[in-house]
Amino acid sequence: MTENAPHTDDVSGPRAGLPVSGGEGPGPLEVVEVRHGLFGAHGTGDTSGYGGLVRPVAMPGPAARPYGGWFDDVVDLLGEVLAESGSSLGAAVEKVVVDPPGPHAELTLHVRREHLVAVCQALRDEQDLRFELSLGVSGVHYPHEAGRELHAVYHLTSVTHGRSLRLEVSAPDADPHVPSTVGVYPANDWHERETWDFFGLVFDGHPALARIEMPDDWPGHPQRKDYPLGGIPVEYKGATVPPADQRRSYS
Amino acid sequence: MSTSTGAQAPHATGPDAGFDDAPMFEASGGDWADIAAEAADLGEERIVVNMGPQHPSTHGVLRLMLEIDGETVREARCGIGYLHTGIEKNMEFRTWTQGVTFCTRMDYLAPLFQETGFCLATEKLLGITDDVPERASIIRVLVMELNRVSSHLVCLGTGGNEMGATTIMTLGFTAREEILRLLEAITGLRMNHAYVRPGGVVQDTPVGLADQVRSVLPKLRSYLVQLGDLMLANPIFKARLVGTGHLSLTGCMALGMTGPVLRSAGLPYDVRKTAPYCGYETYDFDVPTSSDADCYGRAVVRIEECYQSLRIVEQCLERLDATDGQPVMVADRKIALPSQLAIGTDGQGNSLEHIREIMGYSMEALIHHFKLVTEGFRVPAGQAWQTVEAPRGELGVHVVSDGGTRPYRAHFRDPSFNNLQAVAAVCEGGQVADVVVAVASLDPVLGGVDR
Repeated sequence: MTENAPHTDDVSGPRAGLPVSGGEGPGPLEVVEVRHGLFGAHGTGDTSGYGGLVRPVAMPGPAARPYGGWFDDVVDLLGEVLAESGSSLGAAVEKVVVDPPGPHAELTLHVRREHLVAVCQALRDEQDLRFELSLGVSGVHYPHEAGRELHAVYHLTSVTHGRSLRLEVSAPDADPHVPSTVGVYPANDWHERETWDFFGLVFDGHPALARIEMPDDWPGHPQRKDYPLGGIPVEYKGATVPPADQRRSYS
Repeated sequence: MSTSTGAQAPHATGPDAGFDDAPMFEASGGDWADIAAEAADLGEERIVVNMGPQHPSTHGVLRLMLEIDGETVREARCGIGYLHTGIEKNMEFRTWTQGVTFCTRMDYLAPLFQETGFCLATEKLLGITDDVPERASIIRVLVMELNRVSSHLVCLGTGGNEMGATTIMTLGFTAREEILRLLEAITGLRMNHAYVRPGGVVQDTPVGLADQVRSVLPKLRSYLVQLGDLMLANPIFKARLVGTGHLSLTGCMALGMTGPVLRSAGLPYDVRKTAPYCGYETYDFDVPTSSDADCYGRAVVRIEECYQSLRIVEQCLERLDATDGQPVMVADRKIALPSQLAIGTDGQGNSLEHIREIMGYSMEALIHHFKLVTEGFRVPAGQAWQTVEAPRGELGVHVVSDGGTRPYRAHFRDPSFNNLQAVAAVCEGGQVADVVVAVASLDPVLGGVDR
């Protein structure tokens, strides 16, 4: 399924008709979802004739050089710094994604988790990179991506050079461990606690990885996709409105 | 109220191992004198005090755990999460347009910043950042800057109130009321506006708004002058704030501080200047800084920022006059709702011409409108990150789309959430009374912290 880059025509806006994600670059696509049918109707309710439709959804694929702007410089320099410390860009960075297309593109480095701290250290300390401000960690749960279900996304900003980029690491659900970056960016302390709390990602080496938003004895990690939203049906004048997570989805 | 040794309080989840012998005092329905007497009997100098989550000086439901030795704070820790409402998760079950209605409720003192940040991120994914009409961006800047002033006024006002200066509080809230009236005139609501939408804003400003704002600006300036007169040279105020809650630039950078806290340490970092959005690069304004790195410096920076925001508001008014009648929503009918609401003679918002069209002439237009409202629009798969300069610092919005009609994930990097990490740094080693001042200078809003 991964070799079929999805060309959905139902993407609205100026990118209508374009591939949902960049399929031109090398490497496999990151399929995060496979949709069946249309109109959110499943089972016997679907009389639309589209019941057999299968559409894979992939995230933007790896970009090919040149990435454009300062992106190439930063990636090259990161590679040099990593090489000095005995590692290499290829070993540390799985792929480089430049998305969305156009003048507002953002740089995402998909980093292998064992190299995360070294990459952060290099990005912070090298004077021509100097991403000294970490704006936190955000977790994302992709249950469809077998072996890479849990992602942690780090948003780094360079005040010195006026740049910002994103690091993304993934961990399988069976082994939800990512090294902690608190040693490099102390600001990530609470952000990593939040990501542990909501997604169950364990940040190894974090000084006190306790829950932060939910009570200490809370079961489960609420922002994972397999955790229900909750809610009760509301009845009004004889009609019943189901809770938000049981309503028809058009995605 | 009792001294319990090893006994489990009814609300506790279980005794911590190793703390079974620690005496515990519960201050519910008792007299502080009795608790103090019991503590004195123990002869312990270092005690742990829970401040909050219901303490009036904690801006909502912040819980501070202070280990104090006499009047000195030895350790300070924060407990948050009492206001967690799962807004981010809820947004995954609504359309992109409905998401605005949710994220506006996070930081309830700065709702328009969450709305704008979320919409800018969505527009980035849609690829329509440059298609947003100029007038929509002007209106966004106008409401955000008015909102920044109102948020700073609450910060300064409540900060004064917590030190016992009620006049500062009443003055701050009276001035804020003027701004809330303006925001109500523009958006229809005083708070939780849901006014900014992906692609623009929901409706144009009402007739005569520019004059209304212009008539309020002198009043706002006079309130700000009064606030400055009451605070900045006041010996009591200065005695409480100067040198309190010190956080150097090094500490700020390590802890990821942004906004007035960072600028009070001397770094003029402002997203409006470093990574402009909504056309901020075309406005003329300064970024005030201080080199005091203390609570007093933060108060000065906030007051100065209010004046700068009013400067931007004036420029917005000129541009609004120049762009009168221009669209406030992208032209793409796959994103913009086809109706343009206007307030009718009955005081209700409606779009009679559009209703006549869809009910009388065009069934296709009716279907299109229905699908756009119920399904929403599709956003190409990918992720985007957008930061805006909120009153409390850099607000980051991370949105992920799976190509569907709902956000796959929406994460808000709330500045107060991050800034609260500095509580230990600004409180430890100081007096208990200074904790209130130091926390107030960070200006946390727990609705944004817990989301």
